[in-house]
Amino acid sequence: MVGTGFSVPELESIAKGLRRDIIEMTYVASSGHPGGSLSEIDLLTALYFGILDIDPNEPDRSDRDRFILSKSHASPGLYAVLSKRGFFPHEELTSFRAIESRLQGHAHVMTPGVDMSGGSLGQGLSFGVGCALAAKLGSEAYRTYVLIGDGECDEGQVWEAAMSEDHYHLDNLTAIIDRNGIQNDRFTSDVMKLEPLADKWKAFGWRVIETDGHDMEQIICAVGEAQSYTAGPSVIIAKTVKGKGVSFMENNPAFHGSPPNKEQYDKALIELN
Amino acid sequence: MAITFSTASTREVYGRTLVELGKQNRDIVVLGGDLNKSTFTHLFAEEFPDRFFDFGPAEQNIMGVAAGLAASGKIPFVSTFAVFGMCRPFDQVRVSISQPALNVKIVCTHAGLLTGEDGMSAQGIEDLSLACSLPSFNVVAPADSIETSQAITAASKTHGPFYIRLYRPATPVVHDESYQFKLGRADLLRNGSDMTIITIGPMAAQGLEAAEIMAEKGVHCRVVNLHSLRPIDEEAIVDAAIHTGAIVTAEEHLLHGGLSSVVSQTLALRAPTPMEVVGLQGYAESGKPAQLFEKYKIATTNIVDAVDRVMERKRN
Repeated sequence: MVGTGFSVPELESIAKGLRRDIIEMTYVASSGHPGGSLSEIDLLTALYFGILDIDPNEPDRSDRDRFILSKSHASPGLYAVLSKRGFFPHEELTSFRAIESRLQGHAHVMTPGVDMSGGSLGQGLSFGVGCALAAKLGSEAYRTYVLIGDGECDEGQVWEAAMSEDHYHLDNLTAIIDRNGIQNDRFTSDVMKLEPLADKWKAFGWRVIETDGHDMEQIICAVGEAQSYTAGPSVIIAKTVKGKGVSFMENNPAFHGSPPNKEQYDKALIELN
Repeated sequence: MAITFSTASTREVYGRTLVELGKQNRDIVVLGGDLNKSTFTHLFAEEFPDRFFDFGPAEQNIMGVAAGLAASGKIPFVSTFAVFGMCRPFDQVRVSISQPALNVKIVCTHAGLLTGEDGMSAQGIEDLSLACSLPSFNVVAPADSIETSQAITAASKTHGPFYIRLYRPATPVVHDESYQFKLGRADLLRNGSDMTIITIGPMAAQGLEAAEIMAEKGVHCRVVNLHSLRPIDEEAIVDAAIHTGAIVTAEEHLLHGGLSSVVSQTLALRAPTPMEVVGLQGYAESGKPAQLFEKYKIATTNIVDAVDRVMERKRN
């Protein structure tokens, strides 16, 4: 047990089921972003089943914790975890990206449990500043978590937001970077040099916590450490593997924005059994 | 016969109105980007320092923060110059604010050629077009300081995103204190039966001047202040077409996507009518506003010429 009601093996089992959902959704939709959904899903599982104070029966409760998926293209992971948590029926997942569906290609607030409409990179951290400032203004105890892609850190707005979080001492906000090392076209190191990433965040006034983004116990400890830090905002740099859990998708830039074909779909589900 | 108007600053009235609204509603918060004396939001900052947030000139971030505040139950007013509040962070306004239709009020000062000497980069002449391309936005350009105060108050009490356009210099006051602004309802400034001049923003005064000049020539112009481009008062446009038979629009904004586009679309769909337009064709340059209005053909005399042309078309 990690103090969350779920044991580490239980969380791992949930995450494995959500990986199957991600494969199913992107295969049925014949589009979507499986790679970054698979890299983030352990982080999302830990948050939604171990950390966030939320209520599927009252998704808009004003004192709920906020979760902002800034890398909004990785919506299959978010939809999978929201459904598993009871925000909407599991059967709805296969409507992903279809006409008349609540599950848009990029996350939108029309989906129960989605806190921000995204789809254009770099905007989530600023939105999180707004949520965190509102909490401070109302003396509310809720916390705001923002998941950012590593390639997303190429966006200048991320750093505008980073500066302002420190300026306004937003210790009620935690950023998490899904450091999977791959962005749309290629490896992040080939597209734009991000390293030394931790030093950049430190220079912007953030407490930096580095962790393994696939290790439930480490993720929950890292978030706990971020929660207890009160001198300013914290960022968790979570080392992850793009496509994690499906051998031929792992570390493969081809699966950033491409769904599995039938053969790949069958193979992936066998691996995730 | 020239008409004499008193003048008043729309941005200063905005700042004072915000303070009054801030006293009434604790959910109102104000965000700025290092131009707070220019936008007069410093008055709010002095009165309510805990509800005022400066982010420096980082407009992308400001729009995102405003979205987060609105999604958390606050009523954020964001103020900077038109070029920095609509042109620069357009994508953030589109995705973070417009698509989820959040309750953010973007009130920009220093719009249009009235910005003058700062030159083309500072002259927001495409902001209304951009704002009108955001389907969830209410879009308002008040004619004067009296309308500004009421439009700001209406925006604070109407849920949903707003873009409100204000100006650097003091502009003519065309209303008296008895005026009552209604969002989406055009304002009849002067009645007339021969044709209608439809204006937006401070062009109202020039529309009235042109009508006065035309009256001396025996042409009786209706003058309509179309302060809201969304919601649009289609009935007022159609009524003007049916009852006066000719239209001139006047704006200190690009012709593409502003007042003339909205009016001509309404006329084309509902009441095809001879129409002439006064507005900008492209970028301008540094200079005094009056010089710019003359060179770029949006002065009162250009409205008069447009009325002459449209009356000629109506007669033929």
